[in-house]
Amino acid sequence: MNVRNILDKVWLSLAVAAVVVALAPLASIIYYVTVRGIAAISWNFLTHNFDQIGNSGGIANALEGTFLVVALASAIGIPVGLLAGVYISEYATGRLADVVRFLSDVLVGVPSIVTGILVYSAIVVSFPTPYKGYTAFAAGIALGLMEIPIIANTTSESLKLVPNSLREASAALGIRKWRTIFLMMANCLGGIMTGILLATSRVAGETAPLLLTALGSTQSFQGWFNSIETMTLFIFQNGTSGTPNLVEQAWGASFILLITVLGINIAIKLVTRRRIVFV
Amino acid sequence: MYSEVEGIEVEGSPVSASAVNTIPFDAGKHPIVEVRNLNAWYGPQHILSDVSMKFKRNRVTAIIGPSGCGKSTLVRCINRLHELVPNSKLTGNVMLDGVDIYGKQIDVVVVRRRIGMVFQKPNPFPNMSIRDNVVAGLKLAGVRDKKRLDEIAKNALQQAFLWDEVKDKLSNSGASISGGQQQRLCIARALAVEPEVILMDEPCSALDPTATAKIEELINKLSEDYTVIIVTHNMQQASRVADYTAFMYLGKLIEYDETPTMFENPKEELTERYITGKFG
Repeated sequence: MNVRNILDKVWLSLAVAAVVVALAPLASIIYYVTVRGIAAISWNFLTHNFDQIGNSGGIANALEGTFLVVALASAIGIPVGLLAGVYISEYATGRLADVVRFLSDVLVGVPSIVTGILVYSAIVVSFPTPYKGYTAFAAGIALGLMEIPIIANTTSESLKLVPNSLREASAALGIRKWRTIFLMMANCLGGIMTGILLATSRVAGETAPLLLTALGSTQSFQGWFNSIETMTLFIFQNGTSGTPNLVEQAWGASFILLITVLGINIAIKLVTRRRIVFV
Repeated sequence: MYSEVEGIEVEGSPVSASAVNTIPFDAGKHPIVEVRNLNAWYGPQHILSDVSMKFKRNRVTAIIGPSGCGKSTLVRCINRLHELVPNSKLTGNVMLDGVDIYGKQIDVVVVRRRIGMVFQKPNPFPNMSIRDNVVAGLKLAGVRDKKRLDEIAKNALQQAFLWDEVKDKLSNSGASISGGQQQRLCIARALAVEPEVILMDEPCSALDPTATAKIEELINKLSEDYTVIIVTHNMQQASRVADYTAFMYLGKLIEYDETPTMFENPKEELTERYITGKFG
């Protein structure tokens, strides 16, 4: 065996080792969450609200809260993100386009706690409610702000992949610009849907901004201007409580959250596989 | 608001609709298309310099010249596609039936409906069926009547000599047929909006000889009802299909005459050298 072959083998084993290092924690997370989580799960657990004292409590209010907060976030993030993406790709030209695109890239990378503190000072502190201004509304705004740049970027990138010849074909037929844009969006629907699902799954797993906005609750939804429980807050509060049965419930909630996010990611794969191919 | 333009409902503000109607339809008074002192730029590049020419109604005019001479840019100025390119600029006038299509009151959408275009590479909408491709221009202008659309689709496909080949698979994707068929589909798509002028930018350069022959046959037929302006790098093609031929070089119109005269008896030495293959 010569030196080159040895180097080749060394290089390969290093690469394999790196893959193991990268995948081992992921595998153990899935393993532990599944094993410990499944133990906590029962019909009762899924259908009852949190109960501080007994073992009879569950995550019904947390599931409801996550669903509602993410729904509000998407109601803001999807339309604003789509419009921003369309603007970046189809309208902005020259320097302005570069600036907007750069800002959008930066926004994707803003740590979620920063978004949280922004909404905390702008909304929570400014509009006191029974729970010191902590509201489901503020939580939805915070997560919505996080969705916007993700959806804007994926939308503009997807639109840029649509060949210009189709834009010209549409324009040459006397189709108005906004209709042309809809036509172009239909041609890259897979990419746009991916961005929307990606943004949704990302914010569904957020905790930091929710600590500063939603606060958490032991009750079901009490209106948009009241504090609200979410899955991640449930995991955070019970997981660190030190009470064994509550910690177990946190594992159960983690498992549910994990399969939800996993489910969204599988949906992304299915959507992208059906992506329209250009001839 | 909807307004009637040649029986096609066009969406748009009433202001632009009335501006449209100022383009007269009385044929014959003016050349159908006239280009006056046209200059065009892409960024700093001066592509067209001072081109002036008149195009005859219901005739085929070919524009020939070496690559980069500005022939594509010229046709793209005639339906205002040139302005879609960032940093492009244009001076001069393009008259359609005696009205400047770059005038302030003119709705660009209506200009493009009256001047259709077929591109170098076939570009059907891949997410639409063959039938929907043909009527895309109408559907996306708000025409909803299914029966009427079906009829228009059939008519346009027949005019483009494509009906017999696709009548049993109208719901298949527009991208599922051969390149030559796709190009005829694009011609049908342009015809469906009932333009008066059809611009063709090297429509056969991506096609094999059989498909090319079919398109050329089609062009001859189309000139009975339409004015055709075709850009080609193929001189044989120009001599086969065109009543008039224009030769361009370095952004300038060098010579423009009836096709036989151009090929047998050119006045300019440059034209003769290009036609005889001495450069280009």
